[in-house]
Amino acid sequence: MYPVLVATVAVAVIGFVMGMLLITVGKKFKVEVDEKQLAVREYLPGNNCGGCGYAGCDAMAEAIVKGEAPVNGCPVGGAPVAEKISQVMGVSADAQEKQVAFVKCFGSCEHTAQKSNYVGIHDCAAAAASGLSPWKCDYGCMGLGTCEKACPFGAIHVIDGVAVVDRELCKACGKCVSACPRHLIEILPDKATYAVRCSSKNKGPAVRKSCDIGCIGCSLCTRQCEAGAITIKDNLAHIDYEKCVGCGKCAAKCPSKAIAARQ
Amino acid sequence: MSVKTFRGGIHPEGFKELSLGGPVTSYLPQGDLVFPVNQHIGKPAKPVVKKGDLVKAGQIIAEADGFVSANIVSSCSGKVKAIEERATASGTTATCIVIENDGEFSLLEGVGKKHHAGTFSNKDILDAIQRAGIVGMGGAGFPTHVKLTSKNPESIDYIIANGSECEPYITCDDRLMQNQSRGILDGLRLVLQLFPDAIGVIAIEDNKPEAIKSMEAVCAGEKGVMVQPVQAKYPEGGERNLISVVSGRDLKFGQLPADVGCIVCNVASLYAIYRACYFSEPLMKRYFTVSGDAVAHPGTFEVPIGTSYQELVEAAGGIKPDVTLKKALSGGPMMGIAMPSLSAPITKASNALTLLSEDDVELAEAQQTACIRCGRCSRVCPIHLIPQMMADAAEKKNYEQYEKRLYGLDCIACGSCTWVCPAKRPLMQLFKQAKAEILAAKRK
Repeated sequence: MYPVLVATVAVAVIGFVMGMLLITVGKKFKVEVDEKQLAVREYLPGNNCGGCGYAGCDAMAEAIVKGEAPVNGCPVGGAPVAEKISQVMGVSADAQEKQVAFVKCFGSCEHTAQKSNYVGIHDCAAAAASGLSPWKCDYGCMGLGTCEKACPFGAIHVIDGVAVVDRELCKACGKCVSACPRHLIEILPDKATYAVRCSSKNKGPAVRKSCDIGCIGCSLCTRQCEAGAITIKDNLAHIDYEKCVGCGKCAAKCPSKAIAARQ
Repeated sequence: MSVKTFRGGIHPEGFKELSLGGPVTSYLPQGDLVFPVNQHIGKPAKPVVKKGDLVKAGQIIAEADGFVSANIVSSCSGKVKAIEERATASGTTATCIVIENDGEFSLLEGVGKKHHAGTFSNKDILDAIQRAGIVGMGGAGFPTHVKLTSKNPESIDYIIANGSECEPYITCDDRLMQNQSRGILDGLRLVLQLFPDAIGVIAIEDNKPEAIKSMEAVCAGEKGVMVQPVQAKYPEGGERNLISVVSGRDLKFGQLPADVGCIVCNVASLYAIYRACYFSEPLMKRYFTVSGDAVAHPGTFEVPIGTSYQELVEAAGGIKPDVTLKKALSGGPMMGIAMPSLSAPITKASNALTLLSEDDVELAEAQQTACIRCGRCSRVCPIHLIPQMMADAAEKKNYEQYEKRLYGLDCIACGSCTWVCPAKRPLMQLFKQAKAEILAAKRK
């Protein structure tokens, strides 16, 4: 009987001492965590995919609280998660105007033709570095899908030789903008109705030779625009969306249909 | 004499016999001649003619803009038709001077006149080279007068005449050495005059016995000049390899040949130097090989610079009727550039046109698998890089690692790793892309 008692008491004492020790250590070395960060972390999906560009959901939560990452920075959670996080952070998610990426080239197989058969690494950047251009236009979309691979939302696809953005899925994260070696993609306000669908800096006749719907820099649009939103630079029309009222007069007059309503 | 070589390298089939037979024909083009202003490394030349001007063969039509640049000389007589953007062999466009050829090829006065030997001062030689617009004719196109202008001529011990021509299919240097051995030797003598302490070594691959024989015949009894046979292996003609083979000195990363007392000149450049000094003839013509399995009569031609590739294909009998042309390369199959169209002109540095009925890149792409880490690429790399790790870094865009730890910028893009890779990885394209992107980021 006696040994059993000793053992019980000893274990109880050790347990008590250890417990007290743990409590003290726990209090003394407590890591201060922002409650906001915990709350944000709660709403993040928690699969640590790294799609946001941070090491995982914990790192992302920390960055959001510090203000380094946007509240809608999680590509997996999308809008619902962004809304919840924005509530935690006290900012309104829809305070930002919705923006979407836009590919400034519509030269699909129907409108332009292949100059040569490109064989090699299936990547626009690799093709651009080789100096070769598979299409007749040296400025247009190469259609090898580097933007498609860069998009974490599956919002951009090469269709018929040219990249097209799905406006519903696009979150305007800008990954495609930096991925495109020809700098064809721009983030535009979603409400912008009309856009220049060409990036060719070639002169009119050269554009005509290479593509049906290229901007020839004729400047008819600048004369049509009452808001003065259109300028011609390097034989190419630019629309200033601060000024654009979306009347559509430019698109109606554009002879090559380079300016048109966005789909 | 013993045959020397370097560590690494590959032995691709040479196909040289295709274009070795028959005489070297001097081809005179009928169509317009096109002269891009950027046929060399350095600043593009500035056009000095206007649309409508009449020019003669041998007349300077674009002047060197700065020291590292080269004159562009018309190789035909006729009228300047346009100065406009045109496609070049690399697929990009460049400002080109287009001359409507009158078919007479009448020379500018004073060009082609033979001077007496032994009357050149060092300045005469360099001036003649500069005026003639001579650039490295092996492919790189570095202005020769820049290469030969040295602050410290005594530090140079070797002038290496590069006649190794290791690229498959190409035979133009081989034919030049057979036909113009005396001119090459005289060109080498002129360069040696600039460097008093140097000896001249003519390096020729041992698969060119005829060229070795004819060069040895003219060099017999000549002091300070020797013929050095080197093993037929790709890329024996790479500057770095040739220096280590001939002089036993290794170029460290980032060093230039002159840092180890060597200067390497292509034999065609030396011949051009000879013509420039002895005949006041600027660089207007060059030996050029048209070869490959898709062309009817492969051969070597002496062509005026500016001739279109298309015209030369017709001169070589056109494409064989029973094959389709799958790939046209400016240069050989290892380092040549695939051309989107044959309308581009021949430049000073282009040495061959290879027309193939099969696209090897397409075939390789179909069989491509993951890297199996066999290490063959590292074994063949002539400058001892590790292509397998470089490819990994390049694919992940880890350019810091690529440049600083793997010395990827020193890759000479010879393509040996890609040739040997059993997994058919597109290594060379990855390296070229990485290099282009790193250099672009640095320029920013």
